[in-house]
Amino acid sequence: MTIAPSRLVTPPPDRSRPRSTLAGRGTSTVLPLVVKVVLLGLVAGLAIAVTPALVRDGSWVFVGGLWAVVVVLLAVYATKRAVPLKYLVPGSLFLVVFVVYPILMTAQLSSTNYGDGTRGTKEATVTRIIGASAVQVPDAPSYTLAVGTTGGVADGPFTFYLVDEATGDAFAGDAEGLTELGADDATITDGVVTEVPGVTLLTRSQINDAGQAGGGLEGFTVPAGENSVIRQQGFSAVELTSPLVYDEAADTITNSETGEVYTPQRAASGDRSYFTAEDGTRLSDQSWGESIGLQNYVRAFTDPAISSDFISIFLWTLLFAVGSVGSTFFLGLALAVVMNDDRVRGQRLYRSLILLPYAIPGFIALSIWSGFWNRDFGLVNDLLGLDVNWLGQTGTARLAVLLTNLWMGFPYMFLICTGALQSIPGDLKEAASLDGANGFMQFRKVVLPLLLVAVAPLLVASFAFNFNNFNAIQLLTEGGPFSPANPTAGGTDILISYTYRLAFGNAAQQIGFASAISVLLFILTGLLAAAQFRATRSLEDVNR
Amino acid sequence: MRSITSRIALIASVGMLAAACSGGGGGSTEETGAAPEASEPVASESAAPVRGDEELVIWTDALKLDAVQAVADAFAEENGISVGVQAIVNTRSDFITANQAGNGPDVVVGAHDWIGQMVQNGAVDPLQLSAADLGGYAENAIQAVTYDGQIYGLPYGVEALALYCNKQYAPDTYATLEDVIAAGQAAVDGGQVESALNVAQGDVGDAYHMQPVLTSMGGYLFGQNPDGTYNADDLGLATPGGLAAAQKIYDLGEAGSNVLRRSVNGDNSIALFAEGRAACLISGPWALNDIRAGIGEDAYTIQPVPGFAGQQPAQPFLGAQAFYVASNGQNKTFAQEFVTNGVNNAEAMTTMYELANLPPALTEVRQAIAADNPDFETFAQAADNGNPMPALPAMAEVWAPLGQAYSAIIGGADPATTMQQAQDTISAAIAGS
Repeated sequence: MTIAPSRLVTPPPDRSRPRSTLAGRGTSTVLPLVVKVVLLGLVAGLAIAVTPALVRDGSWVFVGGLWAVVVVLLAVYATKRAVPLKYLVPGSLFLVVFVVYPILMTAQLSSTNYGDGTRGTKEATVTRIIGASAVQVPDAPSYTLAVGTTGGVADGPFTFYLVDEATGDAFAGDAEGLTELGADDATITDGVVTEVPGVTLLTRSQINDAGQAGGGLEGFTVPAGENSVIRQQGFSAVELTSPLVYDEAADTITNSETGEVYTPQRAASGDRSYFTAEDGTRLSDQSWGESIGLQNYVRAFTDPAISSDFISIFLWTLLFAVGSVGSTFFLGLALAVVMNDDRVRGQRLYRSLILLPYAIPGFIALSIWSGFWNRDFGLVNDLLGLDVNWLGQTGTARLAVLLTNLWMGFPYMFLICTGALQSIPGDLKEAASLDGANGFMQFRKVVLPLLLVAVAPLLVASFAFNFNNFNAIQLLTEGGPFSPANPTAGGTDILISYTYRLAFGNAAQQIGFASAISVLLFILTGLLAAAQFRATRSLEDVNR
Repeated sequence: MRSITSRIALIASVGMLAAACSGGGGGSTEETGAAPEASEPVASESAAPVRGDEELVIWTDALKLDAVQAVADAFAEENGISVGVQAIVNTRSDFITANQAGNGPDVVVGAHDWIGQMVQNGAVDPLQLSAADLGGYAENAIQAVTYDGQIYGLPYGVEALALYCNKQYAPDTYATLEDVIAAGQAAVDGGQVESALNVAQGDVGDAYHMQPVLTSMGGYLFGQNPDGTYNADDLGLATPGGLAAAQKIYDLGEAGSNVLRRSVNGDNSIALFAEGRAACLISGPWALNDIRAGIGEDAYTIQPVPGFAGQQPAQPFLGAQAFYVASNGQNKTFAQEFVTNGVNNAEAMTTMYELANLPPALTEVRQAIAADNPDFETFAQAADNGNPMPALPAMAEVWAPLGQAYSAIIGGADPATTMQQAQDTISAAIAGS
């Protein structure tokens, strides 16, 4: 489907208001000034308000960026200098926040191995691996839990008051260990400690709050056996033991039961490490985030499967974009020329009918078309009496994609061509016919060049849109058909659908690698668009 | 940190917009230009799920929302806390991302085959449940939520593929798939239906729906260790059983008897059966409502998928739906209590069954509802026959190539070489990770 960015078709902004503001100037300058002061104050106030949180997180880059923005805003709007900047600054800031920043983030991500299994830091990964290896001590009792404190309910010191669910014996537990409670030490109701003299028992909400990250109960354990601790789980407690021990100096994890030692080793993919034993078995599937430099780019160019995919997909992407723009433009133009002839009756009716495909949301139209191409139950084969598995072979699938996109896109081209045709003065054609040009010559030498001046930039935009027309591929063919030997690159995949599959597809997410492909795609689209704009400039020579 | 940054971007942009609107001395043409752009960050902010502020936040998908809300409300009332249940569209990936950023939920509800990816990303905590607690659940449901020797989820429902038949064309209970196909084929030959047996495949294939065929012929995906866990190094596609399955699929495919075809896909498979245009269908409990609304309440039969004559029984994938405790949740105590006690009882499980419409995993509830809802009892039996879908991260490398191999074989590709190719692709992908 060809949709141009809306600003291309938006009428120029209404200039009447500023003029009236200018006229009214002098009569009331107080209100704008007050509004300005209040809003600038608001901006500065907001910046002050969020700064402590940022400083606490140590996000110095953001602190710097935030205050730079505030300074720029104050300098531009609080003074009478820099009038042109008053118009440029808001747009430029939006450009930086919503365009430049994401591009920089993507480029930064492309130098990492970010993806499934590598989201956390190494430190967090080690903690998770050790934590996930903790199991209940066999035959150990489980306890109901009450938490008491002799200090504050938020920061302790805390004591666990435990009741063995099987025997009813009560214990107090703290960092020193367990001590059995006598009958007078605590009141037990329904198997839970409900009162301890001289101690404040926490409510359930207080226990929850104290257990939050940074709370006094976070990570609170009571040593029980030789290698085991009693830990809270909800409002009960269990005795756990973990066989794994991390040696920070040696950077190894040792299984104290089997004696097996695991060291970080690079996986075959080369972009991540796992804790691996000497015989090659991995301790877990968890790896950690690392900066890997240009390795993602090296992989994009050197991995034979990917680089051969990349080239063939790139060629098809070009063909798809050129084919979509070309076919929709020629059909749209032809219809527009026909409809523009006064001899056609019922122009309005025809024009409305031609615009119908444009009125159906692309999402729905594509899903319906995907059903139309079905071999046994689809409309296309039914109507044409064919038995073609359209989406099952690369050639026919590509044809089907192009035809569907033609149906989706020609009304747009019809619309802009009709508009451009109607703006071409009739006397030019008249003059040409006086010079002896026939109808075709008039169109070829007079109408088409003038039309292209107006339409060519829209064609470039349409090309860029189709170059990245994810919906048309994903909703119609999902990139298929695939061969069982190559599940990542399908016959109708364009670069953006291919990238999407790499990043978020069936197999494990490779966001770092997909970012690298995105950066390459960004450069490619930019170069193509630049070349096209250069070429369209020559069209404007007709005006000189 | 990420959430603070994005909030700042939003606040800053609103501030700038406001400043832009107040304009300079010269007037404010920028106003019209800036307004539509400013709506963008707001829209994208609401598109990404944002954690609620309640004392227990649960994420689930829209289908389970009512059921989870009901059990969560009961828990909240008992504990005197507030609870928020949010329906998230991409529950799994959004949960993993949000949990990593520290603004995810406390509890997440989802299928057991998410566990591998969630554990790989350190997103869920193991649960410590007593043997008495575990004994109440279907054995293979507990096996499904067990990963690397730890239990990560509390299962509430099980689902597996079963065989639906339209009584008009295939009225019996069948012992073999051959009998099912023969009955359906008779209806096709008589011009009454267009398809004998719908198995959703499409042009990209579907390994999930083909699993009963693969297992009945003796193929398998991953071999099982003695303790029931899967071994990612033991692929069973290019084994004699897997190759026999490939040959069977070829014989039933477009080059053979044309029972399996690529034109039957996930979009139309259930619909064709519900419209009475297919004699039989392999699908799960989720198809039940469409079928009842289509051909009618009494017009269909359900039975576990039978195997091929003289071969092994068909073993569809068992899927368990479960509750998980998020590793980075803000209210872990309530989350642990909710999962290990709040929903770990017959009352809550009955509520889950009634509102989520899944065969229950808790045996006590299953027995209680068996008489009232025979369809669900049949699906529970189908799940009994099933093997838990492997939750290994390696499984992510299986779906696409295997599905594509099935689709190619149905389309007439050589069964043995295609199956071997799929196995080679999968094992190379697993070795390369």
